[in-house]
Amino acid sequence: MQAQQKENIISSDRSVILNLSELWSYRELFYFFTWRDVKVKYKQTTLGVIWVVLQPILTVIIFSFFFGRALNVEKTSPGLPYPVFVFSGLLLWNFFSSSVNSAGNSMLTNAPIIKKIYFPRIIIPVTALLVSGVDFIVAFVAYVGVLIYYNVHIDFMALLIFWPISIMFLLLGTLGISCWLAALNVKYRDFRYVIPFGLQIALFVSPVIYPASIISERWVNYVLALNPMYAAINFFRVPLTGANSIDIVLMLISSVSSTLFVLLGIYYFKRTEAFFADIA
Amino acid sequence: MKPILDIQQVSKLFQLYHKGLPYLSFRDRITGMFKKRDEVEEFWALKDISFTVEPGESIGIIGRNGAGKSTLLKILSKITPPTTGRIVSRGRIASLLEVGTGFHQELTGRENIYMNGSILGMRKWEIDKKFDEIVDFSGTDKFLDMALKHYSSGMQLRLAFAVAAHLEPEILVLDEVLAVGDVAFQRKCFQKMEDISSGGRTIILVSHNMTQVKQLCKKGVLLDQGKLQFVGNMHDAISGYLNNSVRNNNIDVSSLGRMGTKSPDFTIQTMRVLNVKEDLQVLEGDKLSLEIEYEVFAPINELVVGFSLTDFYGNNVVECRSTASYKKFEGAVGRYRARVDVFPGVSSGTYNLNVGARSDVSHLEFIPSVASLDILPAVSELEEWNKSSAGILSVKSDWDIKKI
Repeated sequence: MQAQQKENIISSDRSVILNLSELWSYRELFYFFTWRDVKVKYKQTTLGVIWVVLQPILTVIIFSFFFGRALNVEKTSPGLPYPVFVFSGLLLWNFFSSSVNSAGNSMLTNAPIIKKIYFPRIIIPVTALLVSGVDFIVAFVAYVGVLIYYNVHIDFMALLIFWPISIMFLLLGTLGISCWLAALNVKYRDFRYVIPFGLQIALFVSPVIYPASIISERWVNYVLALNPMYAAINFFRVPLTGANSIDIVLMLISSVSSTLFVLLGIYYFKRTEAFFADIA
Repeated sequence: MKPILDIQQVSKLFQLYHKGLPYLSFRDRITGMFKKRDEVEEFWALKDISFTVEPGESIGIIGRNGAGKSTLLKILSKITPPTTGRIVSRGRIASLLEVGTGFHQELTGRENIYMNGSILGMRKWEIDKKFDEIVDFSGTDKFLDMALKHYSSGMQLRLAFAVAAHLEPEILVLDEVLAVGDVAFQRKCFQKMEDISSGGRTIILVSHNMTQVKQLCKKGVLLDQGKLQFVGNMHDAISGYLNNSVRNNNIDVSSLGRMGTKSPDFTIQTMRVLNVKEDLQVLEGDKLSLEIEYEVFAPINELVVGFSLTDFYGNNVVECRSTASYKKFEGAVGRYRARVDVFPGVSSGTYNLNVGARSDVSHLEFIPSVASLDILPAVSELEEWNKSSAGILSVKSDWDIKKI
């Protein structure tokens, strides 16, 4: 008599809690999906991964040319050149926007796989983040180059505190919104059109090309802080601008909103994932 | 010993939206609030299915199209949840509902082996270990570093199947995937499946190919319109299937789906298979006699009626038209009965029988899959392995062997 196997039960009741031990056992699939998407993304391109650097640099140049003088960032943060300012926003923004964009469509582009085989579905939108993460790292290297080129004064103590916080907000917010949109797009195909449009709007309500401080009304800032990218970008710039006062209320609003986004996003995803194969 | 799979009163409900697509748009949601919800029809794809599978047992799930076979496999594979009921499994399930899931055209053969293997649930070290074996099995070693888009479709299928064949789960769920590649490769795959099954692992197979199911599975599950009709001996399950697919030799075609111009001038009414053994079974090499009854309501120029047999993969294997005996014949108004005797000359297997008619200007009517016809291996006294011929055609051959 052989040892009895662990019993697995397939039934209609689905948990909305992430099954972390199951995700761990599928860890290689995260890797393979990411690896596939990164490979495919740059196959048959002559410049390949150079595009990752070229895109933000060109955007920085264009933004600097058009908005640099008009916005006069120098006034609020002396010594910080506009190209560095806008790059530090774009670096995070590009991660967010490319993650949300590809995660939003990911369930549909992977529909043939979803219909034929089981694996934890959340791997798919998370993979979109990982792929954007690879681009982020490459762009980050270019960013450090720009910092050195402009000889920007950096407060290293602030960096050690604020960059991790910023990245955490970035990841939580992006993950939550990505999962949520990925699930919504399966059910309501309208989101195919809503996502690019929404991202365009979101670029302008996030302090990417302008400093948050140009908005003088406090309550407007509080409303804008509901956008997780608002906090992420603000905190990311703290070590550069040398801002010595942090608005605790702003920070609190952003923390709560990113946490809510990630909880609601994953909750909605888990609640609907069982039926992806039926309607994708 | 406890069963390795215990399927307990599993049911699956689908909601059919009569208008448009199964997914919604916000507009539908909003307008839906003001409308009566009478457009949704409920449909039980499976109703109260219960059976158990013992370790090492291979079972075949058979039934007509729409019987719920694929839905059951999808539930077993955790792709879609059951509406009610549950399944207790005591082993790792790997499912193969399609060959080459996750294959990407831009990736090389080597990369696709890893990608596909990983999606099917293999660990990287497992793939590393079996890599050479997989490549060897697929016979694509020369093209390994070429993008998949440059492969022929046959090569892609071979590669895909090679990966799948090296899965080693306790329970393997298969959906008609044995049907890939050329005949030689099919035999190789089939052999592999038999090895897996005799190696003590459990296989659950859905197939329309009765010869195949019979060879691989001892136990059969027969589904009909979402309900469990029979569980038990494979042979009995198959005869149950054939009985319920055609209750007598008169096939009423009035309810079947038709293609073509659906001209009001013409209609096929019934079809009869005259010389069947027991319910649409014919021995390999035997004569097949068919009768087609049709009615012409308005004169048709150069009417041609005919039938065809398509194999499991949808290939038109045999096609016979009335022009074989009549160069031209006027389709004057009236009822007709056409009888045809033919030696189809195909080797054993399950074939779909299709009928149709055309005039000089249009396809009047075509009824696909009127019935499924089972052609049985003729030499039944031979050993199991020697029964089915590997060729598509079954030809008469005379042998003369002398010692020299």
